Amino acid sequence: MTKVAEKEAPAHIKHETLLELMRIMLLIRRFEEPCDKYYRAGKMGGYVHYYIGQEAIAAGLIPLMIPGDTMLASYRDHGHALALGTEPRKVMAELFGRATGAAGGKGGSMHIFDMARGFLGGYGIVGGSVPLSVGAAFALKYRGDKNICSTFFGDGAMQQGSVHEAMNMAGLYKVPCLFVLENNKYAMGTSVERHSSQTDFVKRVTNAYNIQGESVDGMDVLKVREVSERILKHMRETGEPYFLEALCYRYVGHGYADNAQQQKFYRTEEEIEAQRKRDPIDTFRHFLVSTGAATEKQIDDIDDDCKAIVADAIEFADNSPFPSPDSLYENVFTDM
Amino acid sequence: MAIMRYAEALRLAMTEEMERDPNVFVCGEEVAQYQGTFRVTEGMYQKFQKENHGLRVLDTPISEAGIVGLATGAAMSGLRPIAEFMTWSFALVAMDQIINHTAKIHYMSGGTCKVPVVLRGPAGAGNQLSAQHSQSLESWYAHIPGLKVVLPSTAADAKGLLKTAIRDDNPVIFMEHAGLYQQRGEVPEDPEFMIPFGVADIKRAGKDVTIISYSNQVRFCISAADKIAEETGIECEVIDLRTLIPLDMATVIRSVEKTHRAVVVHEEWKSVGFGAELASRIYEEAFDALDAPIERVGGPFVPMPYSKPLERAAIPHEEDIYAAIKRVIG
Ligand SMILES: Cc1ncc(C[n+]2csc(CCOP(=O)(O)OP(=O)(O)O)c2C)c(N)n1
Ligand SMILES: [Mg+2]
Repeated sequence: MTKVAEKEAPAHIKHETLLELMRIMLLIRRFEEPCDKYYRAGKMGGYVHYYIGQEAIAAGLIPLMIPGDTMLASYRDHGHALALGTEPRKVMAELFGRATGAAGGKGGSMHIFDMARGFLGGYGIVGGSVPLSVGAAFALKYRGDKNICSTFFGDGAMQQGSVHEAMNMAGLYKVPCLFVLENNKYAMGTSVERHSSQTDFVKRVTNAYNIQGESVDGMDVLKVREVSERILKHMRETGEPYFLEALCYRYVGHGYADNAQQQKFYRTEEEIEAQRKRDPIDTFRHFLVSTGAATEKQIDDIDDDCKAIVADAIEFADNSPFPSPDSLYENVFTDM
Repeated sequence: MAIMRYAEALRLAMTEEMERDPNVFVCGEEVAQYQGTFRVTEGMYQKFQKENHGLRVLDTPISEAGIVGLATGAAMSGLRPIAEFMTWSFALVAMDQIINHTAKIHYMSGGTCKVPVVLRGPAGAGNQLSAQHSQSLESWYAHIPGLKVVLPSTAADAKGLLKTAIRDDNPVIFMEHAGLYQQRGEVPEDPEFMIPFGVADIKRAGKDVTIISYSNQVRFCISAADKIAEETGIECEVIDLRTLIPLDMATVIRSVEKTHRAVVVHEEWKSVGFGAELASRIYEEAFDALDAPIERVGGPFVPMPYSKPLERAAIPHEEDIYAAIKRVIG
């Protein structure tokens, strides 16, 4: 932490941008924190996977998307949607299963969509969205667009065959797909060391598929931002795929059922505590204040705004109607 | 007899068979160190840790195609694997291994290669898990020659059928139901307690209507039957098929010849579901015995929605079965 604080405020990043990165991370955090309470009260159901601890990745990368860019995610997808600018009300209402949700209550937490902003969805089958992403990138190249498709997935997904088929095709056809591996050290209760024969994922992908790649500290929002700026510029110029491993840590349970008791089977409290010291929001706050880029008060005000937005989203969701019974049969096919 | 949960009965079946036969092993995601996602394999890793280089209860990466391949290849080489899917929805990424390999190898080899593998895990819908995690696909497997398809509805059946599955020399698709894991029941403690495949169980006797079902819907059938009996005195017979392949049509036909009315019930989509096959078989084999068209209860033809009221409408419940019984008695 002290190391980070010794740095100077980066001259090339605008002051507003720094605050914006903070705002996005805080919005995601404040959005997810109350969810447990509503889950327990039966307002939400299914699987709800939190992004808490990984906010710097979505916040650092996704705001760099330009119109025409597309993105896909796994089931751990609230943060990506919020970073993209999807209305918190719509995301919360989807979690509440209401007609006003991003998918009209059909999808739930794992399947947030925002087609207008280029979010082609969150997906529940590990690795399942990665081949789709190569297809989305293919469409961009096919039409000659200078856009890119980013796809976010976990370390566990690296063990799905379809992911490797997709990466090979991306390398083969040279389509502008940015593979963002959010390596949070665990696939549910299995550590990377216990699920991967090769834990150097950059080596694994770059050697195998002729795709450029690198690692970044995914808990440092500025690093993610800097690296992403460079990668996206390169991709927009060359149209080539890229692999970015963001090293991070999930310090909450995998999902609701992965409670503190369950987590004892695979990690220690000391480990979690040590990782909490690297919290992307705390460290960034410290950085902003210690470099004079922002005052505590400014950050607190942003935080209060985020809390108010989330409170409003919850109220909106809770007061929204459930989908009509007829809607059960709608959307199986599109109308001709 | 001992009272235990469905999940415990499954664990007991696996543990007993592993103790009896050193070739039996368990593999799958989170089955060992994490004690099983639904706790079905709890304690088994610790118990068998010292044997076979620690491979008897094996954690795998999230690689379902690889898991089925590993299990099938090991079965072809003399072991008796039990591969667990965290849920059957994830078996979809292993479909080629299961359908084009596991199911067909014995036939393609002219009977020279045996594939004694059990593929098991929770299937079915519920808990707002939505479209990709919440579905029943048993008729897909029942459609494929070479696979036995088993769906226990009680703790005792879970134990007896799983033991039979493990000792069977053929690939067995063993579909549990997450909604049943915590259900308690009496389970015989005899380590040789086995339930043969292809023997349906009459879970409630009756003379007026035959209800045919399996898995989680059986209990809803029984409660609907109890309700009708209380209200009208009409007695429904509830047949739990327990195995779809092999299928015990004899028990079904015997009952229909007695009651002259049939309702088939399952959680999977009604459209092209296993109930269509059942109804058709009853028409073929006992048309003259029927006093009314067969009623079918199944899920509406939509992917599973997330929202609670929509989800409830997409899964058959007691009231749907009750209504079907009313229709069939006219
Ligand atoms: C094909 C498939 N197998 C199993 C699962 C169950 N499952 C859901 S998330 C998960 C762990 C995934 O870990 P990782 O890819 O590292 O992503 P993270 O959850 O850490 O973000 C598992 C095993 C699934 N959804 N899909
Ligand atoms: Mg992970």
